[in-house]
Amino acid sequence: MAVTLTETAADRVRHFLLNRGKGIGLRLGVKTSGCSGMAYIIEFVDELNADDQVFEDKDVKVIVDAKSLLYLDGTELDFAKEGLNEGFKFNNPNVKDECGCGESFHV
Amino acid sequence: MALLQISEPGQTAAPHQRKLAVGIDLGTTNSLVATVRSGEALPLADQNGIKMLPSVVQYQQDNIVVGYNALEQAEADPENTIISVKRFMGRSLDDVLTTYPELPYQFEGDSANLSRIKTRQGNKSPIEVSADILSALKQRAEHSLGDELQGVVITVPAYFDDAQRQGTKDAARIAGLKVLRLLNEPTAAAIAYGLDSKQEGEIAVYDLGGGTFDISILKLEKGVFEVLSTGGDSALGGDDFDQAIVNWIKVQAELNQVLSSRERRVLKEQAKKAKEALSDADSTQIQFKLDNQTQIELTLSLAEFNQMALPLVQKTIIACRRALKDAQLKAGEIKDVVLVGGSTRVPLVREKVAEFFGQQPLSSINPDEVVAVGASIQADILVGNKPDSDMVLLDVTPLSLGIETMGGLTEKIISRNTTIPVAKAQEFTTFKDGQTAMAIHVVQGERELVKDCRSLARFELRDIPPMAAGAAHIRVTFQVDADGLLSVTAMEKSTGVQASIQVKPSYGLEEEEILSMLKSSIDNAQEDVEARRFAEQTVEAARMIESLGNALKADGHLLDEKSRQTLSNELEVLHQLTLQNDAEAIKKQIEKIDQLSQDFAALRMDQSIKLALKGQQVDEI
Repeated sequence: MAVTLTETAADRVRHFLLNRGKGIGLRLGVKTSGCSGMAYIIEFVDELNADDQVFEDKDVKVIVDAKSLLYLDGTELDFAKEGLNEGFKFNNPNVKDECGCGESFHV
Repeated sequence: MALLQISEPGQTAAPHQRKLAVGIDLGTTNSLVATVRSGEALPLADQNGIKMLPSVVQYQQDNIVVGYNALEQAEADPENTIISVKRFMGRSLDDVLTTYPELPYQFEGDSANLSRIKTRQGNKSPIEVSADILSALKQRAEHSLGDELQGVVITVPAYFDDAQRQGTKDAARIAGLKVLRLLNEPTAAAIAYGLDSKQEGEIAVYDLGGGTFDISILKLEKGVFEVLSTGGDSALGGDDFDQAIVNWIKVQAELNQVLSSRERRVLKEQAKKAKEALSDADSTQIQFKLDNQTQIELTLSLAEFNQMALPLVQKTIIACRRALKDAQLKAGEIKDVVLVGGSTRVPLVREKVAEFFGQQPLSSINPDEVVAVGASIQADILVGNKPDSDMVLLDVTPLSLGIETMGGLTEKIISRNTTIPVAKAQEFTTFKDGQTAMAIHVVQGERELVKDCRSLARFELRDIPPMAAGAAHIRVTFQVDADGLLSVTAMEKSTGVQASIQVKPSYGLEEEEILSMLKSSIDNAQEDVEARRFAEQTVEAARMIESLGNALKADGHLLDEKSRQTLSNELEVLHQLTLQNDAEAIKKQIEKIDQLSQDFAALRMDQSIKLALKGQQVDEI
């Protein structure tokens, strides 16, 4: 099981961690909520939890809890620009269905 | 799919509930909008990658253009292209015309009231023009963040008074923005540096923008900011440097004729260009054509520019000295000096600031962006993206607040540089016997005389029970909320009758209340001791005329005709003296009457004792 980052995403994460001045890595996860069942979590990590798994990709530690990993296995995190907007994107092979805006999804 | 940002641990918002907030630096010359994304505070750029939005609005026939496109039209359409509107915010027309005689605009409104600029889209108040600038920034932010904004933090100069602050809030409301908080510009700059550089100790923030100068002395400790003092000049900035160059060009090119709108505009642009060029050159060329096709060519050297800039820079240094004094610090105790505002790029400014504080000022964050960046950090916290944040921000009242007392004197209730929110009360009393109403006149400023301060509001406390002069206890409470907005309550203590007012002008400039508040602007406050003494003596004289006059009416028969006449005559002399401007003469006359009336007072005393004793036995006393 694994979660990876694109080159651009890894670049941005490293930059944001450096700018923040603290934090051991990036947490990716899911939680139940939203209009289509599941929503993504993307957060800085200061402390690890007992059930966390740590992946290292392109000099970035990606932290995923055991339950979320079931839904995120094989996901690649990307960083994209759309017009003036920019941000992270989950390319998740497990997703069957997502809400119109893509902020929540269904597996 | 949606583009996501990295949140703080545990702070990921539910879908469609992302808390988007921005900080806006609504500047005189340029405005910026910044936000915190994935923990990083940065200004947002437009489609062309440009972050600064010139604070310029052009009113076309059916279109409103903001920013560079409007600035480009300034020369062709000067009357409908509003530049540096922030300088007019909350100022009366008289004030605007006196301070800026070279403006190309047609103003509407009577002299004592708020200015409105005549455009082809109708009369526009400074608040409406500001709202158009804010709308453009809002649009940019929402395009950049992909959703609606939950709130904004807008910065204002530390010197902005209540009317100007409320005007800014109203402009935001018109633009459809929810203001989380107004923040003093220097405080915002300190936030940007404080968080990024983790500094501790006292810091001076020297902010020389396009139209305003602010100096703030801040104390930074464990992430907590305290503003120790603020000072500055709400009508001094880069525009004044430009104006100095304009004047120089006029003299050099012998332009004595009345200039057209276009010529004035070209002159101003050339002056600005020359100033900017001299930031890293020893001399610069000024070239332009007059309406009659005469070509003007001049060379301005840095030395010449420094000479005309020196008086302006010295004014800022004087304000620095005063702010330090307020903070009870010496220049050497300031750990760091932060430069804010594009005008701090003028070499003479850096030189003089370094000289005064005895150290090189900091400028590691772009001085044009630092305020917006700090505001965005504050907005991010206020909107709830960092609930565990321990950053507390103490702000202060920029000017003293008080009420008018007898003789046109100001009684300060909340002194300047008091940390807000704050509530303070003071007791006042009646001046005349049987007085049943009291007019409360709320003023803002440092001067001793009410006429030299800014009038904020007036209201009346009625239904005071009739009592002897000085017997009533009227408690006046001043309360300033976190945004620096003031409410005043007056209460008579024996009956509990009260009246209050909120000094909160709304943008509807029709409202009479606001107009009365915007009568005069504040000059640099300097204590006028002689005037205060005169006013005090006048009040004292009025009191004597009133009480001795009443006594003569009631008990005049105790005196012989000659003594009575002497006292009346001396009272008339006293009355005449109060119409002149000599405190010492009034004082002498009061002392003279005091002497002359001592026998009369003794006679009255005897009489009342006689009356009191009449018909009583000695052992009952």
